[in-house]
Amino acid sequence: MANTNLNIPALEIHDLTVAFDRKPVLWNIDLTLPQGKLVGIIGPNGAGKSTLIKSVMGLLPLSSGYIKLFDQDLETVRNKVSYVPQRNSVDWDFPVSVLDVVLMGRYAGLGLFKSIRPADKEMAMDCLRKVGMENFANRQISQLSGGQQQRTFLARSLAQQADVYFMDEPFAGVDAATEKTIIQLLQNMTQQGKTIIVVHHDLHAVTSYFDWLIMLNTRLVAHGATAEIFNRENLQHTYGGKLTLLSDVGELFKREELPNREK
Amino acid sequence: MENLIDFFSFSDPNVRYVTLGIIFIMACAAMVGTFTFLTKKSLLGDAIAHAVLPGICLGFMLSGTKNPLVLIPAAFAFGWLSLICINFITYRSRIKEDTAIGLVLSVFFAVGIFLLTIIQKNGNANQSGLDHFLFGKAAALVMEDIIAFSIVALLLMLLTLFLFKEFTLISFDKDFALSSGIPVRTLEILQTGMIVLTVVIGIQAVGVVLMAAVLITPAAVARYWTDNIKTMLAIALITGVFSGIAGAYLSYSAPNMPTGPWIVIFISTLALLSFFLSPKKGIINKILKQKRYKRQIQDENVLKTLYQLGEKTNQFFLSQQEANISDKRFFAKNILSNSLHRLMRNGFVSKQKNAWQLTDAGKLRGQRLVKIHRLWELYLTTYANIAPDHVHEDADTIEHFLTPELEAALEQQLNFPEKDPHQTIIPYQ
Repeated sequence: MANTNLNIPALEIHDLTVAFDRKPVLWNIDLTLPQGKLVGIIGPNGAGKSTLIKSVMGLLPLSSGYIKLFDQDLETVRNKVSYVPQRNSVDWDFPVSVLDVVLMGRYAGLGLFKSIRPADKEMAMDCLRKVGMENFANRQISQLSGGQQQRTFLARSLAQQADVYFMDEPFAGVDAATEKTIIQLLQNMTQQGKTIIVVHHDLHAVTSYFDWLIMLNTRLVAHGATAEIFNRENLQHTYGGKLTLLSDVGELFKREELPNREK
Repeated sequence: MENLIDFFSFSDPNVRYVTLGIIFIMACAAMVGTFTFLTKKSLLGDAIAHAVLPGICLGFMLSGTKNPLVLIPAAFAFGWLSLICINFITYRSRIKEDTAIGLVLSVFFAVGIFLLTIIQKNGNANQSGLDHFLFGKAAALVMEDIIAFSIVALLLMLLTLFLFKEFTLISFDKDFALSSGIPVRTLEILQTGMIVLTVVIGIQAVGVVLMAAVLITPAAVARYWTDNIKTMLAIALITGVFSGIAGAYLSYSAPNMPTGPWIVIFISTLALLSFFLSPKKGIINKILKQKRYKRQIQDENVLKTLYQLGEKTNQFFLSQQEANISDKRFFAKNILSNSLHRLMRNGFVSKQKNAWQLTDAGKLRGQRLVKIHRLWELYLTTYANIAPDHVHEDADTIEHFLTPELEAALEQQLNFPEKDPHQTIIPYQ
């Protein structure tokens, strides 16, 4: 189901600025991602990694710029896009089972007023098998460990059968063995032409995990093939202290309630 | 007793109206409240309930009647207005949502009381009963009310049924719902509309002040008894309707009692019972569980001591006096005796004259405890870099609760060592 024209970029971000309470957390981001890559977004705390993918998913108002997926607006290609939120963004004491959560990946495709079909259940079970969670299908979600919660979210995302996946810290709280299985699964998916963008917290294994990188620290430091841009200089720009002046200007906008753009 | 028969024969049309009306109200409240509870918006229900009062008063002042066709839209408008105010304050000022809800709730309620006072001073003949909106009086329900309620209840039931999966999703993970293209904003407005409608039909019988309890408590009760959202909805419905009928009956048998408080007392009692009795989350069960663990630890410590006494002489089935056991490891006299008798009932020790000896099963269990204790000590010193004289207490707890799978994994990882950090032999079966 991958896009027929492989030359169309999976994601194009043009001059994106996003502000919280008037303080910009992403400044003037410009980037293009080719299809079929496993992409890592790396950067220090507060670099705007999650903000970037939330903006792409249309969850945050943009101060400026635009975002295209497969050269289209998000609204027209929603069914090709999947999102894995951070694990701790939901209440895991919610009264549903693992299978129920995975089935949520099918809801949008089914449409309002429709009920779950046996085919959806089989599909969901298949996704659970892919992440090694088939034995937990009927488990109540509050009984899961952190790694199992993460795999449940991943299975839900797989159940959407999208072409491009945005994952917010899918390795947080996951043990080493699970991390390995997940990354293998993701690598297999990219070989089938899927594009996967992963917010990643630590630099460990960056070169072996990702073939493409977005290095972020409020502004875009570098993006491109990992082999080309993962070097000391870019790392220093990404992690080597905050851009003091930039964040001071941000604080000024917040304090004085200045508009982010002239209109 | 006569009251009870009178009430449940439903021969009095008034009783029929009241009971039907209450059933509709409680059913709506339970359905809508389940999602309000799961979205953690309980306070919002309270705010809406208070905010509709000025709407009802204004509706009455303008039309001069208590016709629900006038009062419901007026109340709806004010419930909605209160939400707009809360949202506006939250997004446009530094005030946080809980404070905003508190502010709006009291201001709207104050205006409502103010208008109510004006109406009562004017002496409009129709106004009698309007003050029932404060605490509710189910006896005041009439035919038209029941028709209006049934329509609302049917509407809410259909919406809940057909949008169940969407409501579940947006309560659990709103960001994911938004990202997958589900019309979250529309559904949220719909949900809020459902809350407002429920409150509006509910306050005549239950009253403004108590509506929040009716909305939230059935869901809270249900959550104690199940981990399945569909079952939870069903239990909330039953709890709500049952409390409603009970409240209606009580206010029927004591006519000067308002219905709302009785209903609330009923559901709250159920909530309190659930809090204590629920099999998974109930306090009593938690206490019993702790007690069971404590007993298990005591019994196993006695077994372990008997095994260790046997280790000295390499004769595990010798009879031991209670004083002997206590010499090896101190136990309070009655605790030791209780444990030994329990162990005898379960076949782990036997008694001969005044002395105790291990059975085969008892020896096996004692040996396993000692083995796990020593393996765990070795594990901690080897892998966690803890000094040998600091590992005993930890192992003392672990030995009772290590599962067979973890036990096997521990043996594998340490590769069946012969001795623990204190150079004591580790016994294997």
